[in-house]
Amino acid sequence: MNSADSTLQASSGRPLGFLRRYLFSTDHKIIGLQYFFLALVAVTVAIILSLLMRFHLVWPAAHLPFTSGGIMTPEQYLALVTMHGSIMVFFVLNTAPQSAFGNYFLPLQIGAPDMAFPRLNMLSFWLTLAAFLVMLSAFFVPAGAPISGWTAYPPLSGINDATGPGEGLGQSLWLVGILIFGVGSLLGSINFISTTIDLRAPGLTLMRMPLTVWAWFVTAILSLLAFAVLFAGGILLMLDRVAGTSFFLPAGLVVSGELEMHGGGSPLLWQHLFWFFGHPEVYIAILPGMGVVSHVLANFSRKPVFGYRAMVLALGTIGFLGFTLWGHHMFVSGMNPYSSLVFSFLTLSIGVPSAVKTFNWLGTLWGGKLQFPAPMLFAVGFVSFFVTGGLSGIFLAQPTLDTELHATYYVVAHFHIVMGVAAIFGIFAATYYWFPKMFGRKMNEALGKLHFWLTFAGAYSIFLPMHFVGIAGGVRRYADSTGAMYLAALQPLHLFMTIAAFSTAAAQLIFFYNFFASLNRGKPVSANPWNATTLEWATTWPPAHGNFAGQFPSVHRGPYEYSVPGASEDFLPQHLPEDASAPHDGEQNHAN
Amino acid sequence: MPTSMTARSAKRGSAGNYGFFGDDHGTGGASQRVYVTGMIIALGGILMFFMALTSAWVVRRGLMAPDWESVRWPAILWLDTLILAASSVTLARSRHCLAAGHSEEYRQWWGVTTILGLLFLAGQLSAWRQMSNAGLSLASNPASSFFYVFTAAHGLHILGGIAALLLVAFHSPRHLAPATASRVVALYWHFLGAIWVLIFALLIVEG
Repeated sequence: MNSADSTLQASSGRPLGFLRRYLFSTDHKIIGLQYFFLALVAVTVAIILSLLMRFHLVWPAAHLPFTSGGIMTPEQYLALVTMHGSIMVFFVLNTAPQSAFGNYFLPLQIGAPDMAFPRLNMLSFWLTLAAFLVMLSAFFVPAGAPISGWTAYPPLSGINDATGPGEGLGQSLWLVGILIFGVGSLLGSINFISTTIDLRAPGLTLMRMPLTVWAWFVTAILSLLAFAVLFAGGILLMLDRVAGTSFFLPAGLVVSGELEMHGGGSPLLWQHLFWFFGHPEVYIAILPGMGVVSHVLANFSRKPVFGYRAMVLALGTIGFLGFTLWGHHMFVSGMNPYSSLVFSFLTLSIGVPSAVKTFNWLGTLWGGKLQFPAPMLFAVGFVSFFVTGGLSGIFLAQPTLDTELHATYYVVAHFHIVMGVAAIFGIFAATYYWFPKMFGRKMNEALGKLHFWLTFAGAYSIFLPMHFVGIAGGVRRYADSTGAMYLAALQPLHLFMTIAAFSTAAAQLIFFYNFFASLNRGKPVSANPWNATTLEWATTWPPAHGNFAGQFPSVHRGPYEYSVPGASEDFLPQHLPEDASAPHDGEQNHAN
Repeated sequence: MPTSMTARSAKRGSAGNYGFFGDDHGTGGASQRVYVTGMIIALGGILMFFMALTSAWVVRRGLMAPDWESVRWPAILWLDTLILAASSVTLARSRHCLAAGHSEEYRQWWGVTTILGLLFLAGQLSAWRQMSNAGLSLASNPASSFFYVFTAAHGLHILGGIAALLLVAFHSPRHLAPATASRVVALYWHFLGAIWVLIFALLIVEG
C-alpha cells in the first residue's frame, strides 16, 4: 500500500511513460476513466443481449445467426437473461456511478491529492476488468453461459451441467468472475471510506461535504459489508459445485433421472446469503445517483439543497434499512408469515427516507432560477423514474400482492425502472455534468436534449406497459409466451415494448456520437463552466496528478451556497475565504 | 461526533480537521493515520465474511439434517489456541518495547510472534492431517465441511499476517513509520486471534 503523499512525489519526478500514465496508473482520475470506459463497453454488450431477448420474445421462430440450427433455444434465452442481468448489475450499475465517478470526483471534492491507497486502487480496477473478462468468457465455452440468472439459485447453479447447458464450466466461470469482482469491490470500498475519513481538506467538516461525497461514502460502507457476505456465500457455492459438499444442496435430489449424491443442505440458505448482499446491492446502484441528482439540482436551481441534513440522514437511513429487508425477495420461498410481516414493514418503512429525498429534491427546485441543460434534464428524469419505480415497490412490499406478482413482468418492470433506468439517468446526469471537468470541453447541448427526450419517452414506453403484462399474469423468464392463450393475448404489448426497446437503444447512439465527438470538438470551457461551488471546480483543467498542484484548498462554507443574499455572485465556492466573498471576480478566484 | 465539534470551532478554516478517530492536524498525521483507518475498515469487511460463514453454520446446523455427524476434533486445536493467544501476548509485549524505545527487545518479541504464528499454522495442518487420517474429508459431512472451510479461511488470513510480520521485520514500507506499521499489524493479528476463539468455540460447543 502506498499513501497519497507518494503520488505527489511521483508527480514531481520525471514524467511517466504511456503505460504508467494511462494503463497502470495510480492516479484516481485515470482509474476513474478506466472504470468509466469499462462500464461503457459493458453496457453496450448488455444492451445487445437485451435486444436479442426482446426480439426473441416477439418473433420466437425467427432465425438468428449465432444459434445452433438458427433458432434460439429456451436455454440460450436464459443464458441471455443471466448475462444481461449480471453484466448490468455488476459492471454497469455498480461500476459507473460508484467506481468511475466516485474515483474521479471524491478526492477532488474533498480537496485530496488522490485516494488514500493509490496502488490498491489500481489493483481494484484490474481485478474488476479481470472479473469482466472471466464472466464474459462463459459465452465462449462449449456449453455456453449459465442459465441460473444473476441470483444463481441452487440447486440449479450448484451441481454441474446435468442441470442444463451452461451449468458446467459456464456457471463456474460466472462464479469465479463474481468472486474476483467481490475482491475488487472490497478493496475499492476500503479506499473510499479511508479517503473520506482521513483526507478531507481543512475546514471540510462532515456536514460540509457535498451530497455526492456522502452518497459515495455510504455506498462504500454498503459495498464493504455486502460483498464480504456474497464472497462467503460464493465460496460455499463453489465448493458445492466442485468439492462435493452440500451446503446448499438438499438430500434426495433427482436431476435428469439420476439421484444426486448430495445431502441435507438448504437452497434457502443461499437465498438468504445472496439477498443479504443483493438488496444492499440495489442501493449500491442507486445511492450515488441520488448524490449526483442532489448536486445537479442545486447547481441548476441556483439554490442550496433543501434540507441538507435531512438528505444526509436519509442516505444513512436508506443504507441501514437496506440491510434489514432482504427477506422481501423471498416472500414466495415458504417463509413464516410472521417473518414476511416483519420484512414487509421494514420494506415499507424505507419509503419514509425515500419520500424525504424526493420531497427535498422538489423543495430544491421550488422557487429556483431553473436552468435546463442536459445534466439537469437527466437529474429531473431520475426523480421521475425514482418515484415511478418506488410506487410499484409499495405493492411488491406486501407479501399477499407479491405472491401474485412475484414471477411476473411486474417485478421486471419495477426493478428496471428504479434500479436500472433511474440509476442510468443518474449516470447520464453525471456524465453531462462532469464531462467539462474530465475532458475540458462541453458535450453538445442540442444533442444532449434530444438524447434526453428520446430516452425518457423510450424508457417509459418499454417499462410502463410491462406492468400491465405482469398484472395480466405474463410470466418472466419464459423464452416463448406464444404457446398459452392468455399469454398470447399479451403479444401486442410485447411487440410495442420491443419496438420501444430498439428505438431507445438507437437513441443511445446519439449519446455515443456526442460523447466521442465532443472529446475533440466540444466547446472548450473555463475551469468552472456551471458556476458551481464545490472543490472539483477549484482546480484547473486538466487537474494534474496530485489534483491541486500543491496548492491545497481549505474550506470555509457548506457545499451549496447558491444565491446567498448580499453576495456579489449567485454562488460562493467552498474554498473562497470569508472576507473575499463580498466583491470577488469569479473567473479569477476559482480558476487558480 | 467530535470532528464536527472541533471543525465548528475552527470555522475560519485555519486548522485542519481530519478524521473520525483523532485530532492530529495537517497531512503528516493524516497520512500515517490513514493506514490505521484502512485496517479498521478492512477488519469490518473480514468480520462480515466470517459472520456470513458463521450464519451459514448456524442455519445448516439448525436444519437438524441427518447427514450432520458430530466430529471429535483433534486435541491439537487446544494447543494451537494457546499458541495463538500467546502470540498476541508477545506481540503486545513487542509493541510495548517499541514504545519504550527498546528496539532490540522489540525485534526479538516481534520475531517470537512470527514463529508462534508459523507454529499455529503447522498445528492447523497437523489437525487437518489427523482429520483426513480419520477419514474425514471436506465432503464427508457438513461438520467436517465447515471445519475445513473455517480453518482454511482463517489460516489464509494468518498466512497474510505472517507475511506482514516478516515484511515489517525485514523490509518495512517506506511510507510507514514503525509505530504505524506495528499498530496496523497488531490490530490485524489480535483480530484474527479473536476470530479463531469464536470459530473454535463454535466447533467445540455445537459441532
